[in-house]
Amino acid sequence: MKQLTVISGKGGTGKTTLVGAFAALAGNKVLADCDVDAPDLHLILKPEIKEEKKFSGSKLAFINYEKCIKCGKCYENCKFNAISEDIKIDEMRCEGCGVCAYVCPVNAIELKKRDSGTLFISETRFGPMVHARLNIGEEASGKLVTLVRNTAKEVAEKMKKDLIIIDGSPGIGCPVIASLTGSDLVLIVTEPTLSGMHDLERVYGVSKHFGIETVVCINKYDINKENTEKIENFCKKSGIDMVGKIPYNPEFTKAMIEEKTIVEYNDDPAVKDMWKKIEERV
Amino acid sequence: MIISVASGKGGTGKTTVAVNLALSLKDVEVLDCDVEEPNCNIFLKKNLKNIEDVSIPVPVINEKCDFCGKCSEFCEYNALAVMKENVLVFKELCHGCGGCKLVCPKDAITYKERKIGEVAGDDSFYQGELNIGEAIATPIVAAVKKKIKKEKTVIIDSPPGAFCPVIEAVSGTDYCILVTEPTPFGLNDLKIAVEVLKKLNVPYGVVINREGIGDERVEEYCKKNGIQILMNIPHDRRIAELYSKGIPFVLEMPRWKEKFRKLYEVIK
Repeated sequence: MKQLTVISGKGGTGKTTLVGAFAALAGNKVLADCDVDAPDLHLILKPEIKEEKKFSGSKLAFINYEKCIKCGKCYENCKFNAISEDIKIDEMRCEGCGVCAYVCPVNAIELKKRDSGTLFISETRFGPMVHARLNIGEEASGKLVTLVRNTAKEVAEKMKKDLIIIDGSPGIGCPVIASLTGSDLVLIVTEPTLSGMHDLERVYGVSKHFGIETVVCINKYDINKENTEKIENFCKKSGIDMVGKIPYNPEFTKAMIEEKTIVEYNDDPAVKDMWKKIEERV
Repeated sequence: MIISVASGKGGTGKTTVAVNLALSLKDVEVLDCDVEEPNCNIFLKKNLKNIEDVSIPVPVINEKCDFCGKCSEFCEYNALAVMKENVLVFKELCHGCGGCKLVCPKDAITYKERKIGEVAGDDSFYQGELNIGEAIATPIVAAVKKKIKKEKTVIIDSPPGAFCPVIEAVSGTDYCILVTEPTPFGLNDLKIAVEVLKKLNVPYGVVINREGIGDERVEEYCKKNGIQILMNIPHDRRIAELYSKGIPFVLEMPRWKEKFRKLYEVIK
């Protein structure tokens, strides 16, 4: 079984739109939305939820004020500034480490599991999909990404699917690294803007750091041909294959508004050609 | 006044709004808190100097260790594994809570600072940058926010999404401008961002970018929920071209400066 992860560094370059198209084009696969703090793939694939599980990523400290003597030891020892001087827990900052409970001389602090989000196993018109929703303000997005990825793998094994297509999140940090782990191929979607290029170089650095084979595609390549050429040169120099150049096409947005993939809305040859190349690679 | 610029969805135009607003006002400080992919300086083109390295502490085990295992038992993040005659430290998993040192009965744990990124800047602009391959961005966002000069109008460019670094960037600001686009993805992620701001208790309004590419649902949502629409930026080839070249559009289309100044007057 192979795993393809789609990332971009910069947000809004077209990751989810392309993953939607691949969902329509690929054969025997499972889809996974690993952009857990702002997921969008479900808007196009309209999954029917078959199974859902609560997810608890980290713990949260609770103070029993009947026992608390306001000695301030918890406040002094918390490295995350999650306890105020008047001994109140800032839920958003608490990372559930347990130091406060350990240093409390009167056992007034207890750590409880927090309700961090929900995992969904669903069915779509293009096959099974695993996705999740991180609760507002929860940390542990990396852990939830890992859970989505591992669950997608289990589903793929059980249903004898040979490919997992992962929609990643923007950036280069925790959730991105968690979505890349175990990938056989990474597709970076970029755009010919200076920001897109800058972010491509950084996110390519991450996939290289983890030793994962990487290919690139340029979305809206015709909005700045000079920059497109620069990206092509960068890829050539770095030994990265360019698997596709997609022209700017307002139909992509129209398809999104009708909650369809571009493949269903309008046969787009550029995306189809690109998928063929990716399929061969993976 | 401290203004943050955020969005649920990436690529909606946070940096565009932050930079063009900054260039339309006087006495401004810009902080680029999108430390995974800092882009403000592509447009501002400042000469940046390294101001400070950002490090987080990681445990180092010394010879006093008798492999009792209390540290790994305590660690919530599985950053320590105690073997028969060895302790493995998984430094990327360590959050730096200090718990292992507290629980060690032999005083066998010290901490070493490990660099995860840096803050660079000049007098009126600072940016954080996370090192490639590092996972934890929040301490760098916090380090950039320490550069806030309260006497100035401070504009903070936040990362996309709704995860920890976004919360660090936006919390404690006086107002948050949410940038979105009029598409189903833009609307879905705007709703998530609004929930975050409600929880953080930060007042907010919306800028709709690329007006005309999609539908009316973002506007309807804002009206229905009493959210102020601060500005509409049209889907304009010229603006997109300037963006692609790293040129802030108010410099070439100066009438927009007045619009950004009005936006500032409204939120002030």
